[in-house]
Amino acid sequence: MYHVVIGMELHAQLQTQSKMFCGCSADYWAAPPNSHVCPVCLAMPGVLPVINAKAVEQTVRAGLALNCQIAPFSVFARKNYHYPDLPKGYQISQYELPLCHDGWLLIEGEDGQPKRIGIRRAHLEEDTGKSIHVGPLGPGSERADHPTDGATLIDLNRAGLPLLEIVTEADMASGEEAYRYLVKLRTILRTLGVNSGDMEKGAMRCEVNLSLRTAEQAAAGQYGVKVEVKNLNSFKAVRDSIAYEIQRQTAVLDGGRAVRQVTMGWDENRRCTVVQRGKESSEDYRYFPEPDLPPLELSRAWVEGVRASLPELPDARAARFVRDCGLTARDAALLTVERAVADWFEAAVAAYGGAPREVANWVTGQLFALLKSEEGDIASLPFQPAELADLIRLVDAGTINRNTGKKVLEQMVATGQPPAAIVEAQGLAQLSDEADLVQVIDALLAANPGEVAKYRAGKTSLLGWFMGQVMKETRGKANPDLVRRLVTQRLDG
Amino acid sequence: MHLSTADVEHIAELAKLALTLEEIEQYRRQLSDILEHFETLKQVDTSSVPPTASVLPLRTVMRADVVRPSLPTDDALANAPDREDGFFRVRAVFGEE
Repeated sequence: MYHVVIGMELHAQLQTQSKMFCGCSADYWAAPPNSHVCPVCLAMPGVLPVINAKAVEQTVRAGLALNCQIAPFSVFARKNYHYPDLPKGYQISQYELPLCHDGWLLIEGEDGQPKRIGIRRAHLEEDTGKSIHVGPLGPGSERADHPTDGATLIDLNRAGLPLLEIVTEADMASGEEAYRYLVKLRTILRTLGVNSGDMEKGAMRCEVNLSLRTAEQAAAGQYGVKVEVKNLNSFKAVRDSIAYEIQRQTAVLDGGRAVRQVTMGWDENRRCTVVQRGKESSEDYRYFPEPDLPPLELSRAWVEGVRASLPELPDARAARFVRDCGLTARDAALLTVERAVADWFEAAVAAYGGAPREVANWVTGQLFALLKSEEGDIASLPFQPAELADLIRLVDAGTINRNTGKKVLEQMVATGQPPAAIVEAQGLAQLSDEADLVQVIDALLAANPGEVAKYRAGKTSLLGWFMGQVMKETRGKANPDLVRRLVTQRLDG
Repeated sequence: MHLSTADVEHIAELAKLALTLEEIEQYRRQLSDILEHFETLKQVDTSSVPPTASVLPLRTVMRADVVRPSLPTDDALANAPDREDGFFRVRAVFGEE
C-alpha cells in the first residue's frame, strides 16, 4: 500500500464578452473559423495588448471565493514556446506575481471529515487557438501540394480568450477527493458567474499530478516521482485516470522498478493513460515580465468592493441550511455541492411550506438514489420541485403511505406525471377504512391458525409477519399505523 | 561569461533556428560578448534599487469588456502560406493539442 499524493491544475474560461487583450468576441463556440480575430490576437507586428478589466475582476472574484490573498501588485509574463495554435510564439500568462495566491477550498475528505485543499495560486492568462489534425489527402485531390502528409488546420477564434488557471497544493489523497474538489470548484465558479462549467466544450480543462510514496517516505516528508496526466475532458475521466495511474504506478513500484517522470494523456477509448512526453524533452519556457503590459495595482478598497459583491457561496449556503432549515451538516453539504441541486431543494421547500428537513430527507435519500441509478442529474428531471412538495403532502395527509410515496416518486422520475395523477390512475391511495382492513385481517388470521397460536403463546415477534402479510394483500397501500393497531387488537382480543 | 557550443545549440533549438557549425561558433562568440557586457553592468551597486518588472510610470491600464469588430476572415488569412475552408493550413503537427 502506498500513500497517494494528488495536485491539480484547472484552466477555466472566463465569462467575458471580449477577449483578454483585444476587442474580438469571446463567443467562439459556433463561429466560423478565424472570424473572431484581429491584428492583436493574430500577433501582427507592432500591436499592443490591453487588459480586459472584466477578466481581472472575475479572477479576483474567484480568488476571493477560494480564500486567496489578492496581490496588490501583480505582473504578466511571457511563456515562450512554439506551436502553430500560439500565434505570438509566447503565451501571456503570470509567473512570479500572480493575482491570487495561498487560498483553500473545503471538501469532504475520505474520512468523512471536512478537509481543506490548498490553493497555491490562481492567475490570469490567455487561451490558445484550436488545431484540427486531418489525414493525408487522396491522389485525386486538388491539393497536390500535400499529397501524402496529413495537415493541421488552425482556427484562432479561441486564441486570446481569458483563462483562469487554478493550481492546488498536493493535498488530495484519492481520486474521490480529486473529484469532490472539482465538483465543488465548478459550483463555486458557476455561482460566481465566471465560468460555464462545461467540461465537454472545453470551458474547464484539468490536469492531474499524481505520485505514490511509502509510509516511510510520507513520515520523512519525502515525495515519490510525479506523473502528470492531461487530456481530461470530463469529471469521470479525472476519476478514472487517477484510478488507472494508482494501479499502474503501484505495479511499477511493487515490481521493484522506478516510476518515470513523464506527461501522460488519458485515452478515453482504451481507458488508460499513454505517455505523451518524457522528462528529457521537458519545456524551457524562459518566462520574463511582459514588456507590453504595465503591472496591475489593485487597491484594497477595490478588492473589498469585489468581496462585498460576491453571491452566497456553497459553504455559506450550507451553513444557512443548517441554521434556518434545521438540516444536518451532512445533508446541507450534500445539497450545496451543486448549485442546481440547492436551487431545486429551495424551490421544493418554498412550495412545501412544511419542515424543510422533510424535503431534505426525500431529496438526499430517495431522489438522489434514483438519479444515481438512472445516471441523471437534477436539471433533467421531468417534473418540478413543487410536484415533490405535492407528493410529500400526499404522504402527510395520509392519502398514501411513505413506501407508496417512494414508488410514486420513482414513476414521477420515469414519466414526469404529477403524483396525484399517478396515485389516482393506479389506485394507490392508502386503505384507511377500518371495516375493509378488518376484513382482510380476519381472513388472514383464519387462514393461519398455527401462527396465531404461536403469537398468543408469547411469540409476539410474529406481529411483523402478520403486518407484512396484510401489506402484501393490500399491495402495500394499507395505512401501516392502522394495520398495526387492528392486528394487535384482534390477536390480543 | 562564456557560452558553450551546447548552450548555443540549445538556444537555437528553442528558437526553432537551424544553424550551421560556422554560425553556431559565430553566435557563440557574439552572445558571449553580450553576456560579458552584462557582467560589467553587474558591477554597479544596485542594492538600494528595488527590482522592477517595468520601467514605465504606467500602472493598471485596462479597457472595458466591449466587443469590437474583428477582421474579415479573408484579411486575417491574407498572409497565410496556405489555407483551407477558412483555416490556416500548416504541416501536420503530431502529439498533444
